[in-house]
Amino acid sequence: MRLNLKIWRQKGPKANGKMVDYTLNEVNPEMSFLEMMDVLNQQLVDEGDEPVAFDHDCREGICGMCSMFINGRAHGPMTGTTTCQLHMRHFNDGDTIVIEPWRASAFPVIKDLMVDRSAFDRVIQAGGYISVNTGSAPDANSLPIPKQNADMAFDAATCIGCGACVATCKNASAMLFVGAKVSQLSLLPQGQPEREERAIRMVEQMDKEGFGNCTNTGACEVECPKGISIENIARLNREYLRAKVVQK
Amino acid sequence: MSVLNSKIPAGPLADKWKNHKNSIRLVNPANKRSIDVIVVGTGLAGASAAASLAEMGYKVKAFCFQDSPRRAHSIAAQGGINAAKNYRNDGDSVHRLFYDTIKGGDYRSREANVHRLAEVSVNIIDQCVAQGVPFAREYGGLLDNRSFGGVQVSRTFYAKGQTGQQLLLGAYSALSRQVSAGQVKMYHRHEMLDVVMVDGKARGIIARNLVTGELERHSAHAVLLCTGGYGNVFFLSTNAMGSNVTATWKAHRKGAYFANPCFTQIHPTCIPVSGDYQSKLTLMSESLRNDGRIWVPQKQNDQRRPVDIPEEERDYYLERRYPAFGNLVPRDVASRAAKERCDAGYGVGQSKMAVYLDYASAIQRYGTLEANKMGESQPSVQRITELGTQVVASKYGNLFEMYAKITGDNPYETPMRIYPAVHYTMGGLWVDYNLMSNLPGLFVLGEANFSDHGANRLGASALMQGLADGYFVVPYTLGDYLADDIQTGNISTQHPAFDEAEGAVQEQISRIMNIKGSKSVDFFHKALGKIMWDKCGMARSEEGLKQAISEIQALRTEFYAQVRVPGSASEMNPELEKAIRVADFLELGELMCYDALNRNESCGGHFREEYQTEDGEALRDDTDFAYVAAWEYGQGNSPILHKEDLNFENVKPSTRSYK
Repeated sequence: MRLNLKIWRQKGPKANGKMVDYTLNEVNPEMSFLEMMDVLNQQLVDEGDEPVAFDHDCREGICGMCSMFINGRAHGPMTGTTTCQLHMRHFNDGDTIVIEPWRASAFPVIKDLMVDRSAFDRVIQAGGYISVNTGSAPDANSLPIPKQNADMAFDAATCIGCGACVATCKNASAMLFVGAKVSQLSLLPQGQPEREERAIRMVEQMDKEGFGNCTNTGACEVECPKGISIENIARLNREYLRAKVVQK
Repeated sequence: MSVLNSKIPAGPLADKWKNHKNSIRLVNPANKRSIDVIVVGTGLAGASAAASLAEMGYKVKAFCFQDSPRRAHSIAAQGGINAAKNYRNDGDSVHRLFYDTIKGGDYRSREANVHRLAEVSVNIIDQCVAQGVPFAREYGGLLDNRSFGGVQVSRTFYAKGQTGQQLLLGAYSALSRQVSAGQVKMYHRHEMLDVVMVDGKARGIIARNLVTGELERHSAHAVLLCTGGYGNVFFLSTNAMGSNVTATWKAHRKGAYFANPCFTQIHPTCIPVSGDYQSKLTLMSESLRNDGRIWVPQKQNDQRRPVDIPEEERDYYLERRYPAFGNLVPRDVASRAAKERCDAGYGVGQSKMAVYLDYASAIQRYGTLEANKMGESQPSVQRITELGTQVVASKYGNLFEMYAKITGDNPYETPMRIYPAVHYTMGGLWVDYNLMSNLPGLFVLGEANFSDHGANRLGASALMQGLADGYFVVPYTLGDYLADDIQTGNISTQHPAFDEAEGAVQEQISRIMNIKGSKSVDFFHKALGKIMWDKCGMARSEEGLKQAISEIQALRTEFYAQVRVPGSASEMNPELEKAIRVADFLELGELMCYDALNRNESCGGHFREEYQTEDGEALRDDTDFAYVAAWEYGQGNSPILHKEDLNFENVKPSTRSYK
């Protein structure tokens, strides 16, 4: 099939960017979206142009490196799908596809479709862990955890840190990302000793990075490729409030 | 006398590690504060090592080429992690895990290393649970297990089909804690392009800042390479797009020996290639073979839909050939059996290079069990299917979804089509028992080293090894080496060795940028991959390997005359990153062929067509080849072979039979 692409090109972090039009004539519906981008880049290299820079790595939907705002939606039109798992069979011959980077002031553009998401790392560094040194752990089965809690913690822990929630949110809020980590650890007995401090420190760091506030539109949950539930935001709010009360 | 000293401690096998730990030297806490350690790579091995060493007090600098340490490809491991916990009361033990791993590796790994791996496996699970890793649990709240290939116990711990993700995020959280404590300085979007040797010791690296293109010098008292495997030499593999051999290859060029490079693992259950545009292959976890059954039609070119082919016209070839292990034979055996059926003309799908992985009977079995549990007498077939589908979805849901997204088929209703693909590399830099390469101060952990999996890795053992090396081995053995460095003081990056290394990297980059040819990097990578897959893949022969060597040499010459890398070196330039990696793959591929040519036997993932039994099984030669082939880099086309003999004192190498 034949596609018209409108892609954000930006030479570097400080350069001005613009949308540029490209045409691809032979796109196979079985290709993944990123393989379609590979074909475009091959064409650009063959023509002596610079290929489009975009982040990607595992190409099986788990590393969280791929991003791309496709036709106004994070990771494109399919729900529960990362860009690398999106396939061209969901597009039609003659379609025009608009491709932009994640847009959020906390995620500055590095080049073209590549953004800097290190703010997420700094939020985790603020408290997204359990303080246990190597070698000091008790036997794994000495601590039974109700299956239901373990499953809920697992569901929260499946976040891949891609940033689709932030890119989708009109306020560029990171509440779903932060809520997922705070939930995972607060649902487990191992996470209890640092429960309050964790919630407070992660929220503080989130604010410091310039992420916006949550206004409960729920767009993040819809666009999350891993289906992280907005319940995690409710739990984050509860944890934060509880921490503030306990702290006083 | 071999130049290789494996430094295996004396004493009985089961006491070696304990005694070694008790006798090696330590670095006291105050002295640790003045010692720098560089860790390259932040997967399971790198993140766990960086976190553990930082907790102990060393000053750590960690590097990854991705935008965050959490993206390392360990994250994609699906099925699980082995540990000899014996929580099932099914007769598991450290000795059995050791024995299974030695046998699974087709008697081409070191007994002492493998036994240590089995010993520390139990600590890994404890550590991960304490970090908050949400493993699957039973209703009583205790940990659940499943089975993997090549073993007859259930010792695999898992978190749905996302075990690697959960383990890596656990290690990443421990690493993040140390970053915030100031004990680890994290360099993301940085790629190591050379190791710096000062007075015969590894004392630093040259790294390229991938955002600005600048070359940076970083010094330390020891360098740990935790940079994963080299499966991407085949272009198509289950590795991430960025996975590469560059860090270990640069170390090899500086003198580190590369061991058993031809030992590559072809994983039997991957989604088949669908076209020329294909950029990578996706694994369907080995855990699926717990419940799925593999078959092809008994008739060649059977055009019927798989669900329309009756039971008696199907060939469940693994169950037929290997009744004792059935669908759970080790990976090398399962892969070759699939290839054999497809080569014989029984393959399915458009390409005829695929077999079926069928869940219909598992769905029926689970559905019936579930109906019984719920007290439903005489449930309808539809009800059973519904209940069975729910159970299968709870165990393997994310894998089934992934399959559906990629192929457009619904695997709950029609069997998956699968075919073997390159997945893991058992070979890697040679290391001694302490995980140090032959270059003093250069340690190699995880998939990047060669030591534990022999000629074939068992499922759920890679995660185990990565974390064992990082959490429980190198924190001890590194101290023994660094005990000599407590008075060394800072290592200057102004030393001439840094000038020289940086100059060489700069020169290589300029050379590649200035070729300005007419062919893309991917063109060369794909061409190399095809040579490797056809001639150094699932089956190898003397003739094919010799052809491959001359083809790779010609391709390399063409690369340096014709490659085109657009843009400049002083900015984010993904094409340049790829070109540097492919240049190294073009050298590694040749070495792999030399190694495969040298090894005149078939063992594990290495199958030489000349050496097979009458019924097509691998024919190992313990008299002539029970050794590790450690290759020294040779200028020109002449790598130098060093042999480390493998001594089996506790298990007797026997013909591996899964019948």
